[in-house]
Amino acid sequence: MERQDVIILGGGLVGLTLGIALARHGIRAAVIDPADPDKVLASGFDGRASAVASAPWRMLDAIGVGAHLQGRGCPIDAIRVQDGLSPESLIFEPSADDGALGHMFENRDLRIALDTTARAADGLTLLRPARPVDVHRDLDGVRVTLADGREVEGSLLIGAEGRQSPTREAAGITCARWSYDHVAMIASIAHEKPHGNVAYEIFYTTGPFAILPLVDDAEGRHRSALVWTVDKKHAPAMLGLPDRAYQAEAEKRMGGMLGKVSLISPRSSYPLGFHHAARITDTRLALVGDAAHGIHPIAGQGVNLGYRDVAALTEVLVEGMRLGLDPGDAQLLARYQRWRSLDSFMVAASTDGLTRLFGIPGRTARTVRRIGLGAVQRLGPLKGRFMAEARGETGKLPRLLQGMAI
Amino acid sequence: MNASAQQHGSVVAEEAAHFGKLAAEWWDPKGSSAMLHKLNPPRLRHIRATIEAQWGIAPEELRPLTGRRAADVGCGAGLLAEPLARMGAAVTGIDAAPENVAVARHHAEKQGLAIDYRAGGVEALAGESFDLVTSMEVIEHVADPAAFVARLAALLAPNGIMILSTPNRTPLSKLAMITVAEGLGMVPKGTHDWRKFVTPEELTGHVEAAGLRVIDRKGLGFSPAAGFHLSDNLTLDYFLTAIR
Ligand SMILES: Cc1cc2nc3c(=O)[nH]c(=O)nc-3n(C[C@H](O)[C@H](O)[C@H](O)COP(=O)(O)OP(=O)(O)OC[C@H]3O[C@@H](n4cnc5c(N)ncnc54)[C@H](O)[C@@H]3O)c2cc1C
Repeated sequence: MERQDVIILGGGLVGLTLGIALARHGIRAAVIDPADPDKVLASGFDGRASAVASAPWRMLDAIGVGAHLQGRGCPIDAIRVQDGLSPESLIFEPSADDGALGHMFENRDLRIALDTTARAADGLTLLRPARPVDVHRDLDGVRVTLADGREVEGSLLIGAEGRQSPTREAAGITCARWSYDHVAMIASIAHEKPHGNVAYEIFYTTGPFAILPLVDDAEGRHRSALVWTVDKKHAPAMLGLPDRAYQAEAEKRMGGMLGKVSLISPRSSYPLGFHHAARITDTRLALVGDAAHGIHPIAGQGVNLGYRDVAALTEVLVEGMRLGLDPGDAQLLARYQRWRSLDSFMVAASTDGLTRLFGIPGRTARTVRRIGLGAVQRLGPLKGRFMAEARGETGKLPRLLQGMAI
Repeated sequence: MNASAQQHGSVVAEEAAHFGKLAAEWWDPKGSSAMLHKLNPPRLRHIRATIEAQWGIAPEELRPLTGRRAADVGCGAGLLAEPLARMGAAVTGIDAAPENVAVARHHAEKQGLAIDYRAGGVEALAGESFDLVTSMEVIEHVADPAAFVARLAALLAPNGIMILSTPNRTPLSKLAMITVAEGLGMVPKGTHDWRKFVTPEELTGHVEAAGLRVIDRKGLGFSPAAGFHLSDNLTLDYFLTAIR
């Protein structure tokens, strides 16, 4: 096999996007993933939906993925944050010419679009399913040995294997982490009333409850994705509920605002945690996506942070390689590290702050939250910052996030 | 294989280990050559901007030197030759120190780059022709700068570009490159003899005497915050670009 510029371990939502973005700019990359793409793309494999903020959406469009997602994304025209079912809420609504805050996609649609684009991309080698059994990195280069004996050589290794990244562990990179003692229950629902392209984040003291708008299905049913956070100790009981009881419970939490609710997907659950790698580079290594940082899904920023990694890293590598620099050049990796570290930590910290603020029971905390929400609503600049955050537009924007090729 | 080739082969094996160690030093971005690694991006940025303007190359072209021949005279361990090769050029690197050449060869091989490295002086290239001729931080070390420039100029193909860089002879360059850099051990003592530094005017004179036309002079500055960077100030170190 030809020597690769970049070897990407992990072809999930982030790793595959990086491969496509690099190939678009003429950089040779190989994506290695032990998962069988046919299984990954089958319905029922990943029932989640992801909010793709507008900046990362511009990138997906710029690298050709957007073309395969036409009509699949539901624009988020407003985000309504409220404390329980109290009538007071904080509404984030962009001005008319600013466009949506983001789009909701079913993960399966995202995966299919990425897969289709990746298969057609020149210079992108897809090794799936293929299990890496040995990874060697030194100043001269990178060599990955696969279980079937094949060897892949390259200049730069990317760890994109998700939150349990073995590459991160092997590099001895430590992670700050804690778990939230919460579990997210995920499901798609159909509902009687249209959602009006509004995303709801309802904070209960038992945990946040998010209703994220999806496009209507082929039969014209209105749909949303639920991310329902419950205490770890209540999770088994909640997950064990029969569908009917689950639906009734969900309706209650939604205060009936979308009318009658019915489940249209299997329910799944994910333990929630926060992790943040101390550094995201090493000799000929860079981490992207959940391998580098994982945050609470409440703000829908997980995959967006990963896409911002992709945009920044692609820009750094493309600019470096146009100067003839080795893609594993330590100076390029240092630039990526500098560019990403502050941004990803700010998002992680503010998301964590949000869930903590809303997780405190009691009347005083409730009042603080009310005042807080009202104050944020009145303070234009602060709200503007939250909005920029939701759009994924903080920090110096990589060109791809502006929808431009590099 | 004949007997002498076999003998040669064994010597090469021993040397490879030796030069492998040296290469590790040259090429370790945190090692003793860290300064040279930091010099590379502004250097390459300047080369890229020059070829884009002169040859009408698109800014997004990943291998802008494809189909072109490049010579780097005084190539050291190949810190510049390798990027030129990655940009697509057929590169010849030449250095007076055979050790450097062996190190460069060893490293390029590991990178899968085919670069024609040779030990010797610029004379050794006489009669060949190149689209791009570079010689970075070399002229201040040669015995006869005018003759050296004339030999470089003779290598230039029609429509070719020559890019030289060298420290200026100013109080600032003396302070920076001798007093500070050598004093603090950032550069080995005795690397530079300030009196041999060449001013932009003198270099322009040599280049014009060799029948070339100077099209650009650009400064290379250094600041603790920005590191090495391109600037309009020529007092420390500068690039001079010439065409026929
Ligand atoms: C419940 C929940 C809801 C979420 N909701 C949102 C949301 O609304 N919006 C949002 O932006 N984000 C959301 N996220 C976060 C988002 O899903 C993740 O940030 C995103 O999937 C990370 O993508 P990734 O490619 O980094 O990792 P992953 O998607 O985990 O992909 C990792 C890939 O690596 C492969 N792999 C594993 N081991 C190896 C190995 N040894 N070698 C090679 N490959 C390997 C795997 O097969 C997989 O394909 C949510 C997360 C959860 C848990």
